Amino acid sequence: MSADSRTRRALSALRHDPPAVAGAAVLLLLVVVGVAGQWLAPAGVNDVDVDQMLHPPSWAHPFGTDELGRDVLSRVLVAARVSLQVGVVSVGIALLVGATIGLIAGYYQGWVDNVLMRGMDVLFAFPVLLLAVAIVAVLGPGLLTAMIAIGVVYTPIFARVTRAGVLSVREQVFVRAAVSIGASDLRIIRRHVLPNIAAPLIVQTSLSLAFAILSEAALSFLGLGVQPPAPAWGRMLFDGRGFVTEAWWLGFFPGAAIFLTVLAFNLVGDALRDVLDPRQLTLGEARRSTA
Amino acid sequence: MTAEPVLAVEDLTVTLGTRRGPARAVAGVDWSVAPGRTLALVGESGSGKTMSVLAATGLAPRTARVTGRVRLLGEDLTALPPQRRRVLRGRHVGFVFQDPSTSLNPVLTVGRQVTEAAEEHLGLTRRQARDRAVELLELVGIPSAARRVDEYPHQFSGGMRQRVVIAMALACDPALLIADEPTTALDVTTQAQIVELVAGLQERMGTAVVWITHDLGVVAGVADTVAVMYGGRIVEHGPVDDVFAAPGHPYTRALLAARPRPGHRDADLPAIQGSPPSPLDLPAGCAFWPRCPVRGDARCEHELPPLTEVGPAHRVRTFYPSPPTGEDR
Amino acid sequence: MSADVLAELDDLRVWFPAAGSAPVRAVDGVSLQVRRGETLGLVGESGSGKSTTGLALLRLVDPTSGRVRVAGEDVTGWSRRRLRTVRRRVAMVFQDPQASLDPRHTVAASVAEPLVVHRLVDGADARRRRVAELLDLVGLRPELGERHPHELSGGQRQRVGIARALAGEPDLVVLDEPIASLDLSVQAQIMNLLRRLQRELGLTYLFISHDLAAVEHMSDRVAVMYLGRIVETGDPTQIYREPAHPYTAALLSAVPVADPAEERHRRRIILTGDIPSPVDPPSGCRFRTRCPSARDTCAQTDPALEVVAGDHRAACLYAGDAVREMRATPSA
Repeated sequence: MSADSRTRRALSALRHDPPAVAGAAVLLLLVVVGVAGQWLAPAGVNDVDVDQMLHPPSWAHPFGTDELGRDVLSRVLVAARVSLQVGVVSVGIALLVGATIGLIAGYYQGWVDNVLMRGMDVLFAFPVLLLAVAIVAVLGPGLLTAMIAIGVVYTPIFARVTRAGVLSVREQVFVRAAVSIGASDLRIIRRHVLPNIAAPLIVQTSLSLAFAILSEAALSFLGLGVQPPAPAWGRMLFDGRGFVTEAWWLGFFPGAAIFLTVLAFNLVGDALRDVLDPRQLTLGEARRSTA
Repeated sequence: MTAEPVLAVEDLTVTLGTRRGPARAVAGVDWSVAPGRTLALVGESGSGKTMSVLAATGLAPRTARVTGRVRLLGEDLTALPPQRRRVLRGRHVGFVFQDPSTSLNPVLTVGRQVTEAAEEHLGLTRRQARDRAVELLELVGIPSAARRVDEYPHQFSGGMRQRVVIAMALACDPALLIADEPTTALDVTTQAQIVELVAGLQERMGTAVVWITHDLGVVAGVADTVAVMYGGRIVEHGPVDDVFAAPGHPYTRALLAARPRPGHRDADLPAIQGSPPSPLDLPAGCAFWPRCPVRGDARCEHELPPLTEVGPAHRVRTFYPSPPTGEDR
Repeated sequence: MSADVLAELDDLRVWFPAAGSAPVRAVDGVSLQVRRGETLGLVGESGSGKSTTGLALLRLVDPTSGRVRVAGEDVTGWSRRRLRTVRRRVAMVFQDPQASLDPRHTVAASVAEPLVVHRLVDGADARRRRVAELLDLVGLRPELGERHPHELSGGQRQRVGIARALAGEPDLVVLDEPIASLDLSVQAQIMNLLRRLQRELGLTYLFISHDLAAVEHMSDRVAVMYLGRIVETGDPTQIYREPAHPYTAALLSAVPVADPAEERHRRRIILTGDIPSPVDPPSGCRFRTRCPSARDTCAQTDPALEVVAGDHRAACLYAGDAVREMRATPSA
């Protein structure tokens, strides 16, 4: 009942926040494109046309064509699925594993904390690509491997953010109050600790989504991620770097797609963080108070 | 008693811009404090007692709109440019805040902090400042001051830290000391020490003191004059003995009566119902009316009672001043 | 005599490990009996160990040594799981209701939590009814259940804290400074409420406070703590009129009274210095370093609580005499 009304209140608050609405609209668009990209694309992603190489944007090819004469618009649309998939799945892995580790470490402290967090430190100390290469070496290249690799790379960040949050919430009197009424650890974690550390996790998630999409680009570039000729934004951005002077559109459109996605995630993440705090009556107020 | 007041506040009003609209934190407050005397501002949370003092000394938050006249040592502060006001305040007013652990910078030695203001306003050299710091720490009763001057705040106990804060406030020989709940964070036995210390220093140096507190016991011990605040206004103002012996405002009376007294264990306390009002949502008439045990008539609800004289220099803001001797005391 | 003892601490020590030094002896040899139906007031300054003593009754801290008994059962060695039953019989009200209520939960959710945890009601309807009942019991309208703590006044929040504590129908309620963070005009309401609830529900209270007047008003018996020890216990009227321990006398004399004439003529015993570190308490009597009438023997012998008269006990080698001496020659 009360959770319901809060969700409703949160949603209605979100509706009155223009940046959040814009962010949500872009995300919705992305999901549509992700699902239906193939059908929306005016041309096949791998329709090579040697007569149409490196054409600038025109009515026939609004985003221009690449060095093989493929339609950039079509490739950007189809790539949305891959990029979103990489972002969501890899961050999902990082969030799930990292937050769990951070929760356990922060809540139980002592040697459990030491073991888990030192492990995270080791993982964190590895250069990102080296770690990814190692994982790819074990699992073989491919989309799934890329997602797992990126997920593993981002796990320590989530573990740290979560642990820091748990440590501060754990010291709150209301947690002691929950212990005093005989609540179990699981209940305290679920009902008191998690909701109170949701805000930093949401922010971290929206930031990481952006970086994950970019990491996919780096991996793809090394040939460890999405395999050509399948399109992916990061990959396209990298491939376009050789043509910045003569064909800016090769990098610009996939780059703009990444930028918009990241911005949308951040806008929605910010708004969610504010709205999930019951101390803020409306989002507008929350914004003003932080201004 | 007719000495020129050190600080005089007239018709001071403070409106805060908050997220939920304007809050009238202080409304038309008058008070003054003479050299060597202590004015106690008493009130509960949201009564405006702290805000009135912050506004008077130019320390109100930026979102506050302050009107009224404030004279410090004869100079009209409200007419001065901010820069001049800052210098005047820094030179002549010392502040002691509630929590000594947050009033001190943890990474500076106490000696450096104690004379920071003196270095700026009196132009002391580092060496002079250090000597002055030792002198001040001795003044506030810190043992082996010459050694402790180089220590850091965390090496001091709560009571000793508050002494350091007091030394800091006294560094420029201020004409006025503003003490905002200076003993609230301290234990009773430490509180007694600090009260004693301030009283002794005041006697020696002739400092005027504005003591902000919610503790009626402390008021009885330190004040010459009392101003009881409620809902942003002074509801009772007078000499300490008169206010305690014959409280004229129903709020003051109720507050004094609500304290447990020895020998009344078996009876419930005569509690005041409800909570203090929020400055965001003040009644049109008497702010205490919704909780008032006297509960007069429609006038109380809609009309602001004027300050009426009930004794020499003893004024109350109520339509129903209590008789000198009450039935429940 | 033990039949009416509801909870008991027996030579309890709670030492907290400290980084880079010897442990902090927060509670260092406290024996205490809370009798069924009474209010035992526990008075002391910060660092006296009074709050830790209260936490020990719910086993919210682990005793270093000594025993904790609740309703005749020795719960000292109980596991976390098993302790949950203790935490139904013994409830706690915290100092700052703003901090002790989860800001993200509604009032109703907070009050209902003990009901859910201990499975005391079946179904959402029964739960709602019981929450409404509890809110009514503490003088709050049931509609307030839908609000969040920040939407309430300080007094209302503390009422919620009390309703939550009572949800599990406890026998003993540990009240840890329940009025300290409230406005003066609200303190009396809460004290009246606590007394009414005690009468109506037959509750037993451990009332922890630094406010001596409030403790006298609330308590049937008082225990005064100093540096991890109980230094004096007995009937409040008796102790307040005639303290036998010099610390109690000094504490009482330091409390300002709301009477300017009396304040002016009062002879106050001003203690010098601060409470010593609980890491390394003084030998013998712990109060001797600040005691105006300390003698050489006080450094050697650690005084036990001895009977002064009837139920009145004090841990001072010169109980009574020391206080008379202090009053004859007040320092200041």
